[in-house]
Amino acid sequence: MTTAPAAGSETGARAPFGVEWRLAIRGVVIAALLVFVLVPLPSLVGSDWLTTFASTAIYAIVALGFGILYGRVGMISLGQVALLSVGVWIGARLAYGTGMPYPLLLLATGALTCVIGTLVGLPSLRLSGLYLALITLMFAGATTIVLSVTDFPNGGGGFKGRSATGALTTETPPVRRPSIAEGDVDFYRYIVVVAALMFLLALVHVASKPGRAWASIRESEPAALAAGVNITFYKMWAFALASFMTGVAGCLFASQVGVPRVITFRTQDSLTLAATALIGGVFSIWGALVAAVFNQVLPFLFQAQWSIDTNFLLIIFGAGLLQVLLTAPGGLAQQFPRDVANLGRLVLRGARSLRGPRGTGL
Amino acid sequence: MIDVSNLTVRFSGITPIDDMSLVFPVGTCGLIGPNGAGKTTFFNVLSGFVKPAAGTITAFDEDLLKMADFRRARWGLRRTFQTEMAIEQLSVYDNVAMIHEHSGAKRSSRRADVLTALEFVGLATPPKTKVGGLNARERRLVELARAVVGNPRLVLLDEPAAGLPDEETAHLSQVIRKIPDAFGALTILVDHDMSLVSRCCATTAVLDFGKLIALGPTAEVLRDEQVIKAYLGTEDDVAPLDATEAEAE
Repeated sequence: MTTAPAAGSETGARAPFGVEWRLAIRGVVIAALLVFVLVPLPSLVGSDWLTTFASTAIYAIVALGFGILYGRVGMISLGQVALLSVGVWIGARLAYGTGMPYPLLLLATGALTCVIGTLVGLPSLRLSGLYLALITLMFAGATTIVLSVTDFPNGGGGFKGRSATGALTTETPPVRRPSIAEGDVDFYRYIVVVAALMFLLALVHVASKPGRAWASIRESEPAALAAGVNITFYKMWAFALASFMTGVAGCLFASQVGVPRVITFRTQDSLTLAATALIGGVFSIWGALVAAVFNQVLPFLFQAQWSIDTNFLLIIFGAGLLQVLLTAPGGLAQQFPRDVANLGRLVLRGARSLRGPRGTGL
Repeated sequence: MIDVSNLTVRFSGITPIDDMSLVFPVGTCGLIGPNGAGKTTFFNVLSGFVKPAAGTITAFDEDLLKMADFRRARWGLRRTFQTEMAIEQLSVYDNVAMIHEHSGAKRSSRRADVLTALEFVGLATPPKTKVGGLNARERRLVELARAVVGNPRLVLLDEPAAGLPDEETAHLSQVIRKIPDAFGALTILVDHDMSLVSRCCATTAVLDFGKLIALGPTAEVLRDEQVIKAYLGTEDDVAPLDATEAEAE
């Protein structure tokens, strides 16, 4: 027993070194990926692909919000795409109605969406699991109805910001973009940078005090309470953070499409987002990226490239969700590296067994 | 010192704690009793999960019942649960550090305090290891480290050795016995393992049907006829068990 602490400190001293190496490698990979996505990618693909990648980055932020709520705190919210549409509404209204600089516009949209999202999250203090899921899904449904009645602002006056004609014509001025990134390629890069900042914001949260408090709430609320975690505060914080990020994504979306349409945001999209986020993996930050690829790139491939009805995707997502939940609750973000590692080990073993007999023969 | 007087807890129709008065002195105290005696309910009252119908609890000259539940950790209350609740998603270090974060202890001393707590419980696992990959013994030690970090004043251990084999329970008892001296915290141990209780606790209180039936030096309490009756559930004359026989239970 007396030797145990000594052995502990020895391994303790060695272990962080290994972990730091892994962190460094991860940092290099992320940086390389970011540079690739920002610099050469736009010139390698056509404008339709670029639009798809831009909305992928936007939906990655939304999936990240879902991941924080469900993967970190254990609160299931089925209204995240509806909240995105709220962000689009607020972003468009503020963009038409005010002349504030674009970064400020993003922050203001995020802040206002944060207030609404946190209000929607209030029932989570009393409800969890299926009931919270239902309440948030009802919110998504209600948002769809309100939106189809009021539509998105198009530069008109008043609270609704709808001009009298109301029709979507070419005269409708598009939601403005930042002055430094008005072109499609520049704005795509702008979106990727903002998305990266949102991921950084989430990472900082997860790796610090709120992240640890969330993990303790997820593990057990009584134990978190006994540990001195103010559960009300940290649950609301999670909703506030996820809603802020979703609001920022909404503002980017409004500027990206220029003239947002109600049809883009259906109630079921909130469900699809939850499904793809689970397939991607809610416990990992990478999962949000995988989810966004599923959510945006696959429909584009189906519709524009292969001319297949995108409704088939629902079946694919359903099967994918089943597969992931049964075999890898951590989603593809967890399964893929594990499978690659296993494959690598198999290949190595195969190579060794091939070399083995020859080596002894010589 | 904890002074409990006339504590009563009622849940619709049943009274898990019935007019209980007792004083826990310093050191490690045992709290035993048959299933349903009110031990965990008492811990839940101390943690603030259950509001008593009557009674007061004075802990180190402060009225514990007036404190909001999540503030009690900051005050110095720590507890473990019957089922182990170390956080799987977090590393060993973060598991202990998160308690420190909410304890009101100085941020600058966090690293040193966490490592001290891990060393104190004798956990040799590297601090960066995720708790999800640890075995039952290691998780119990992580929980124990969580219970002693960040200036604890009152440590409640609810069956900390449940599910562990004997040799590991022996190590655990050595650690638990040292808590009051190492951290200056009053420790209350609930367990059905009488050998663990008699090894750790100088004083032991016995509950039965929410009432205190014995309180005193552990060896004497375990020989008490009323205690034996409560455990064996009989009113007939039973030959007094000695401490070793009680241990075997």
